[in-house]
Amino acid sequence: MKITVDIIILVIMIISALWAVMTRSLLRSAIALAFTSAIVSILFFRLNALLAAVFELSVCAGLITVLFISTISLTHPLTWKEIIRHMRERLRRFVWLPFIIVALGTALSLVKIKLNLHLPEPDPQGDMRIVLWNLRGIDIIGQMVILLCGVFGVVILLKETNTK
Amino acid sequence: MNTDLVPIFWPFSIFIIMLSVIGLYCMLVSYNLIRILIGLELILKALTLLIIAVGYITHHTALTQALVVTFIVIEVVFMTVAIGIVLGIRRLNNSLDVRKIRTLKG
Repeated sequence: MKITVDIIILVIMIISALWAVMTRSLLRSAIALAFTSAIVSILFFRLNALLAAVFELSVCAGLITVLFISTISLTHPLTWKEIIRHMRERLRRFVWLPFIIVALGTALSLVKIKLNLHLPEPDPQGDMRIVLWNLRGIDIIGQMVILLCGVFGVVILLKETNTK
Repeated sequence: MNTDLVPIFWPFSIFIIMLSVIGLYCMLVSYNLIRILIGLELILKALTLLIIAVGYITHHTALTQALVVTFIVIEVVFMTVAIGIVLGIRRLNNSLDVRKIRTLKG
């Protein structure tokens, strides 16, 4: 029963990802990406990764969508003539994608792979907070440097152009 | 050793491969820089889902969650910097089409 519900959610995720890729409007594409993130976070909840799900929902479905939508609003929209030419071109390029995905999914589901995984011993008592703060070393400094890079990225994003 | 959850890993793997292929196809055939970033974002989502699914079947959810939280932070920073670069390119070339980008002047 659990795996059936999971597969239904996974199918919705694939349809949403296809929508994000194939829709003409960039704004709709960003919204579809946020919807895909929300569905991925539901899957995280179902896979007992609660904190990762909250992060995915708030950061990926929220912050990245805001970034995309603000970027799209900073660019100028296409004219009507460009839209018609663009639609034809896009249709020609993306028309095969749903067929490729369905064929790939069917082919992979027919393959019977026997996974002989040598799994490590389970660690049910593990706490994410302890792993995140106590078991890490110098990589925290690396993560701080990466966050600083993000600050500079925001500065570039909001930088005004020099007007003479 | 716990192998009772291994059978559910293959259905997840199929959909993770499909999501990666959608993102890769989008990156390969798109000319718009924002759409290329959206394709990359889909591939990153497939990767995070793979990490969490592996953590679920191995019962190491704490370790994989810590990894995914770090990964999401890096993903956001990466996207912010990439969007900044995209806007810089648009300012220079007045277009987001990769076919019209002909200059490396920064």
